[in-house]
Amino acid sequence: MKEEIIIAGFGGQGVLSMGKILAYAGLMNDLEVTWMPAYGPEQRGGTANVTVILSDSPISSPVLDSYDTAVILNQQSLDKFENKVKPGGTLIYDPSGIHHPPTRTDIKVVPVDAMEAAIELKNSKTYNMILLGALLALRPVVDSEAVVKALKKTLPERHHHLIPLNVQAIERGAQLVK
Amino acid sequence: MQEDIRLMKGNEAIAHAAIRYGADAYFGYPITPQSEVLETLEDEMPWETTGMVVLQAESEVAAINMVYGGAASGKAVMTSSSSPGVSLKQEGISYIAASELPALIVNVMRGGPGLGTIQPSQADYFQATKGGGHGDYHLIVLAPATVQEMADFVALGFDLSFKYRTPAMILADGIVGQMMEKVVLPPQRQRRTEEEVAAQCPWAVTGKHGRGHRNIVTSLEMDSPKMEENNLRFQRTYAEIAEKEVRFQEYFCDDAEYLIVAFGSVARICLKAIEDARARGIKVGLLRPITLWPFPTREIEALSRRVKGILVVELNAGQMIEDVRLAVEGRVPVRHFGRMGGMIPNPGEVLDALDTEIINPAKK
Repeated sequence: MKEEIIIAGFGGQGVLSMGKILAYAGLMNDLEVTWMPAYGPEQRGGTANVTVILSDSPISSPVLDSYDTAVILNQQSLDKFENKVKPGGTLIYDPSGIHHPPTRTDIKVVPVDAMEAAIELKNSKTYNMILLGALLALRPVVDSEAVVKALKKTLPERHHHLIPLNVQAIERGAQLVK
Repeated sequence: MQEDIRLMKGNEAIAHAAIRYGADAYFGYPITPQSEVLETLEDEMPWETTGMVVLQAESEVAAINMVYGGAASGKAVMTSSSSPGVSLKQEGISYIAASELPALIVNVMRGGPGLGTIQPSQADYFQATKGGGHGDYHLIVLAPATVQEMADFVALGFDLSFKYRTPAMILADGIVGQMMEKVVLPPQRQRRTEEEVAAQCPWAVTGKHGRGHRNIVTSLEMDSPKMEENNLRFQRTYAEIAEKEVRFQEYFCDDAEYLIVAFGSVARICLKAIEDARARGIKVGLLRPITLWPFPTREIEALSRRVKGILVVELNAGQMIEDVRLAVEGRVPVRHFGRMGGMIPNPGEVLDALDTEIINPAKK
């Protein structure tokens, strides 16, 4: 098993932390993992992306030409990464703010209106967890128990009371793509 | 999951490994892409556990001179920075080398020259391996490719540096500094006691404590014949290091018709390119120097007798290629593929370069 994932969007959308939770969940499932951020001035408004690789064998390059799965959260990232999804791969995108939707027909394209769902959950910060839920429903590369453990690992203890809300968001994301 | 398997950035791994090594002090000044070294040390507050000193100096120059002082007293001391900051440290590094002191210096390279960019680079190869500061000296230069090696090379760097009484450098780049991977941290070691320091470092300035003579640490020697003697002694040490401490890793070299030489995280990008090439039936191998100085000259020379051509891949305009060419001595073509200014090649670009530079140069 090897899953090569790119998550890309604006800084502030939780791109890097979503990748981090995914990577930690991989660790909890005894997978090899790499989390490679395009680091830099990724404050709110700038572009941010992270490559996460989960594999049951050692990982060579943390830098990739193409991806099994892409989670795309803005137009710039869609323009950059749509053609880098491997044929037969999966592209999840948030349609809000997308003027030119994906056109590929050789990959699975799944719009997920995560912002609307986050507003329903009355917490816009659940946005990235809704997308993670959608991703894991389509590509179950780690189990849900591992994700909860990963949340505990990545969230500072003072935010642990928010874990049930995050789990709810992950479940909501999964429902959206069912 | 075992307790001590963690997921962390390469920079964080260096900080944790330094504490667990029982390092006595870290002196640094923040600069991207390595600021997590200092930040992690400050979060961990080792001064409350092991007694390790962590100090943000007023500048890189101050930090390296604090390292010089700590090293002179026999302590395991380190600093870290990124390219422009490491340039500032060069005078101090030359003094530390000339004073025959152990120290660990970490450079998480970013694109230059000048202030450059904060993105990854390997353009400080010349600086690290050919001197950097003034005078005839060498650093032992270790090039980690994984977060695990970022952690492991802290102990290796300190141990080699104490063994040969010469500073060691971890020459990393922004990729391995910023990426997260699994890492198994070493067990916590105790910092050495004053008695152990005095016993293991009889040259250290620890106070006379009944010793008959004064220890003096200096790089100054105004008497030229004596200064030449010092230089000859340094060179004997370097010759011994070159003889005993070359480290490298070979991948798929047994049946290789073509060879890639790359170090650090770039070697991993090349390894992926090689996996793809081999899937197409092209027999490519990889030699990854782990010590950039001393350089695996003999191993590359041996491989150059068996392959048709060598591609050197670096995040620079062509630096390590000079050492590869010295090893190959013109036996086979040695070509370069590099990206600069913080740009990172993907495996496909490496494969294309291998094709146009080495396998089918006529197509170019």
